[in-house]
Amino acid sequence: MAKKIVCRCEDVTREDLQHAFDAGFHDLESIKRFTGMGTGFCQGKGCLAHAARFLAELRGGDEAIRDPIRSRPPWQPTPLCSLAGDDKEEVQ
Amino acid sequence: MKDRAELVIIGGGVIGLSLAYHLALMGLHDIVILEQGYLCFGASGRNGGGVRQQWSTEDHIRLAQMSVKFYRNFSAALGLNIWFRQGGYLFLARDERSAAAMEKNVKLQNSLGVPTRLLEPSEARRIVPQLSVEGVKLCAYNPTDGVLFPWPVLWGLAKENRRMGIDIETFTRVTAIDVRGGKIVKVVTDRGAIATNLVVNAAGGWSVQIARLAGVELPNKPYRHEILVSEPLKPFLDPMVADLSNGTYLSQTMRGELCGGISDPEEKSSLDNSSSLRFLRRMSRSMLRLFPHLGPVKVLRQWAGYYDETPDGNPVLGHTPGLEGFIQMNGFGGHGFMLAPAVGQLAAEWLLRRKEHGIFNTYNLERFARGELKKEDLVIG
Repeated sequence: MAKKIVCRCEDVTREDLQHAFDAGFHDLESIKRFTGMGTGFCQGKGCLAHAARFLAELRGGDEAIRDPIRSRPPWQPTPLCSLAGDDKEEVQ
Repeated sequence: MKDRAELVIIGGGVIGLSLAYHLALMGLHDIVILEQGYLCFGASGRNGGGVRQQWSTEDHIRLAQMSVKFYRNFSAALGLNIWFRQGGYLFLARDERSAAAMEKNVKLQNSLGVPTRLLEPSEARRIVPQLSVEGVKLCAYNPTDGVLFPWPVLWGLAKENRRMGIDIETFTRVTAIDVRGGKIVKVVTDRGAIATNLVVNAAGGWSVQIARLAGVELPNKPYRHEILVSEPLKPFLDPMVADLSNGTYLSQTMRGELCGGISDPEEKSSLDNSSSLRFLRRMSRSMLRLFPHLGPVKVLRQWAGYYDETPDGNPVLGHTPGLEGFIQMNGFGGHGFMLAPAVGQLAAEWLLRRKEHGIFNTYNLERFARGELKKEDLVIG
C-alpha cells in the first residue's frame, strides 16, 4: 500500500502516527514529540488537521483534539539578522 | 488508578522518573508517579539537553560525573536512542572577574578528575573555527561534557518503569495532600485519591504549589527561560558554547539545528511560559556576536520552560523538617536534567537502604533557616 504522508516537512506517515499511538501516546502534544510531526519548517500548519483527524478516528471521538498542539512563534522561519535588527546580511 | 501505594512521586519529569527507575531496580515497585500533563510537559521536556561537569562546587561536579556515565550507557541499557553526543562544553569569559573564577573552577574540576582545560581565545578557535573570539579573555573547555535529546530520556525511563510495574498517571493533577498528626496520609488528585505515607515532591516549577498543599513553604521561585531552534545546518559546531557574560548557551543538535537560550536579568518569577520577541532579539544578537556568519540562518521555533530556582542555586533535597514522609527533590534550577541520574540513584539508596549521603543534609530545606548557604556560581541560560 502506498505511504500516506501526514507531515511533509519531517516526513511523518500515518504508520508513524499509528506506531506512536500503539506506544501509548494518545494526545497530540505527545504524538508530535514522539514522531517529530509539526516540528519542521511549517511548524504544523500543514499537518495538524490531518493528525487531529486521524487521532479522532483512533480514539473514536474528538475529546483528544480539543487541545491541539501549541503553535510556536515565529509565524514563519525568520533570519537571525532580521531578528537582531540588521537586515544587511540577509542577501548574502 | 491505584488507591494505595508505598510511594507517590509528584512530577513525571526526569527527577521523578529517575528516582522511580532506581527504586524499582532495587526492588520497590509499588510506586505511582503523578504528572499533571503529558510526559515532557514541564522543564524536562523544554530544556536544551546540555550535560556538563564544569561546575563551581564539588557536589555538583561529582553528581554530574555520575550522570554522564549513566547517559553514556542509556541507549544500550534502556533501548532508546537519546542522541547523547560528547562534543564538550566551551565556556567563554569576557572580563577579569569571570576569568579568575574560571581558573579557580577549572582547578577544582581537575582535582576531581574532570579534564577541563583553560584555553587562550585563539586556541578555542581551533575547536570552533567559526567562533568570533573578539573581546573574549579566557576559555574553559571540557571534551567529556555533552548534549542529549531530553524527550527519549523520559520515554525510555517511563517505559522501563512501567515494565517494572510502576504506575505513571499522566494528565492527573494533585489537588490536596492530607496530613494527620505530622505525617502524610493521602494524596488527592482530580482522578481519585491515593493513600500513602511517603510522597516525593519532584514537581519542578510547580514544587512550591505542591509543598503548600501540605502546609510547607519552599524558598524556590520558578522563572521562565526561553529557548529557540534554527533550521538544520550542516554540522559545524562540536561543543556547546556558553558565554558567561550574558548567559548564552548554544549547541548543534544531531538533527543539525542550533539550539540555545540566554539569561534575562529582567525576568520576574512567574509560571508564564509564553514566548517573547524580546528573547528572539536578545538571543539573535548574542548568537551573531559569537558567530557573525549565521545572519541568514532562520529561526524555526521558540518556546519556554521554567528554572525552579533556589536562593543559593542548589537543589532542595531530603526530609521536610516537621512533616514525616514528605521528601523534597526540587529546586534544580536549569540543571535538573544534568543531575537527575545521580540524584535519583543516591535518593533511591537513601530511601530504601538507609544509605546516608551528604547531599541530603547539605541541601536539606533546613539550610535556609540556618543560613548556611554555599552558592553555585555556574548557573547559565
